[in-house]
Amino acid sequence: MNLHEYQAKEILASRGAPVPRGALAYDPLSALVAARNLKTEKVVLKAQIHSGGRGKAGGVKVLSMSDDIRSAAASILGQTLVTNQTGPEGKIANCLLVEEAPSIDSEIYLGVVLDRASGMVTVMASSAGGMDIETVAREYPDRIFTVQAHPLRGLAPFQARQVAYNLSDKPEIASQISRIVTILYNIFVGYDCSLVEINPLIISGDRVLALDAKINLDDHALFRHPELEKLRDRSQEDIVELSARQDGLSYIRLDGDIGCIVNGAGLAMATLDLISLHGGAPANFLDVGGGASEQVVSDAMSILLDDARVKVVFINIFGGILRCDVLARGVIKAIKSRGLELPVVARIEGTNIAEGLELFKSSGLPIEIIPTLDEAARLVVQKARHLSSAAS
Amino acid sequence: MAILVNSDSRVICQGITGRNGTFHSLACRDYGTKMVGGVTPGKKGASVDGIPVFNTVKEAVKETGANVSLIFIPAAHAKDPILEAVDAGIQVIVCITEGIPPIDTASALFTVKAEGRHLIGPNTPGIISPTDACKVGIMPGYIHKPGRVGVISRSGTLTYEVVDQLTKAGVGQSSCMGLGGDPVVGLSFVDVLKMFNDDPETDAVVLIGEIGGTAEEQAADYIKSDFKKPVVAYVAGRLAPPGKRMGHAGAIISGGAGTAQGKIKALSDAGVTVVENLTMVGVAMSKLLEVK
Repeated sequence: MNLHEYQAKEILASRGAPVPRGALAYDPLSALVAARNLKTEKVVLKAQIHSGGRGKAGGVKVLSMSDDIRSAAASILGQTLVTNQTGPEGKIANCLLVEEAPSIDSEIYLGVVLDRASGMVTVMASSAGGMDIETVAREYPDRIFTVQAHPLRGLAPFQARQVAYNLSDKPEIASQISRIVTILYNIFVGYDCSLVEINPLIISGDRVLALDAKINLDDHALFRHPELEKLRDRSQEDIVELSARQDGLSYIRLDGDIGCIVNGAGLAMATLDLISLHGGAPANFLDVGGGASEQVVSDAMSILLDDARVKVVFINIFGGILRCDVLARGVIKAIKSRGLELPVVARIEGTNIAEGLELFKSSGLPIEIIPTLDEAARLVVQKARHLSSAAS
Repeated sequence: MAILVNSDSRVICQGITGRNGTFHSLACRDYGTKMVGGVTPGKKGASVDGIPVFNTVKEAVKETGANVSLIFIPAAHAKDPILEAVDAGIQVIVCITEGIPPIDTASALFTVKAEGRHLIGPNTPGIISPTDACKVGIMPGYIHKPGRVGVISRSGTLTYEVVDQLTKAGVGQSSCMGLGGDPVVGLSFVDVLKMFNDDPETDAVVLIGEIGGTAEEQAADYIKSDFKKPVVAYVAGRLAPPGKRMGHAGAIISGGAGTAQGKIKALSDAGVTVVENLTMVGVAMSKLLEVK
């Protein structure tokens, strides 16, 4: 689960990290009032959406008090912003953060992640602030400084100092940075985050300020923090992905026309690759999970049957815990309640395969069962191509 | 001999009285595994179809001489059972549970490594050594065939797919294991490749990778420098959507690695036969063995 910038800054400020003065606005007039209340020369309007790259998409505007702040706010609010991270459908900007725009002497990157390879919580810092850390990693790998917290002892004060003095020689600046590093680490561990990031952390005179902040919570640990659930903003989440997750499915929307149901994330990814290798385009990634029930399979099938973009449905199941007879019952149940106007190609293998095949056969539904995966994938691509050329 | 588990393995199940624990303990026993006991606190004296249940792992080890544990405990509580297994002297811990908070896994893993034990998973299908008729996991046993090819994967069902292809191509397996799909897992590709390198009963290895992290790149480095046996690899996720930052964190630190393309290139450069079409893995391995 991702938080908005303003929510991340509230958490940072509550722990004592310095953030710019600012207020939220949901309409242009409130944005103007918020800007005037700051009693400063320059302000910045920032669209609150769950994505980076907002500036390039027109979601961040730096203004003087003599500018038309109401119009600027109106040009962002209610707009769907498409950034390099949102996908073509974009994210709606329902709210603005109106902040003072301090002068900037230099910009720093600070982030905390769990490093998969070592299994250690890792603080990353770079003097190349304001850039994507991915870009910095690619282009200036030697400008990234990292320290790893001990799994049992945590981040030691000397490690926070190492980071700070790597970024600044000035003791009064370094001591502020060091304190912020410790705060970030404590937030990461305390809230079970997957990412805590300040980018940029700016140095402005003798002040250090978190100009932008990001906190992503680890979905697997949300059960430990029920109080954070109220920070969820459903307008920023894909409705289908969200309802799929509530059904115990893992669904990601893609751009193509072949609807896929697969069990297991690895096999699901491999199935998408195979379809694309044969020249087709999947409409989604959908993993029903290892131990899906009949109802979960039926819900998955319903998502695809309800998706107007889907021209062909491809079922690829290798039964382990999920038995092929359970799968067949779920698929048949969904089709019987929704009706079937699409061709369905299935390749099933594994536990209780004979029972599964028998159920499909006796259902009388026009589902094509293809025994080998490669052949099934080719057939699906061929059908999708045929249908799209017939439509145009 | 196979690796990690074999005919000398004496296996207990932590969480044996739960639905999945019971089902899979019995399925492992059916396959030939020596299932010597189970642990559920408060259920001492119970029996799961003849398998004795104990209150603690320590007690189970004392009574049965167990050296391997299979864990089916819900994610919110799964850290403690891993630590309990280590404390009781269990050598190989197989954690099936999916979705353990990564920070919990990371702290348990620190103790596992410090004590010199092996953790497979979490979120793994487990490990199977067909020649020794030993299965410690949830994979369908019947698709395997005793033989001399090792299989390592980060996925569950994708592993079944590949094993099924190998078996149908007449290629048997020495040991097959899933490292686990969670962000932080115990054994890595390199750890397991080292074991296969030293295993006289393994002639070649199939490696199945996927996007995210840097495990495949590290495997490629190791294969290039030290691995003596032929490897066939497949990497899933070429079509994974950008913007969905799956397992991105680990990749950032090491300089932008993590894409399927990067992994495929690293493996190819290390002399690995990388197969583009998933359904050709079995055939590729069978050809490679013929040439040898």
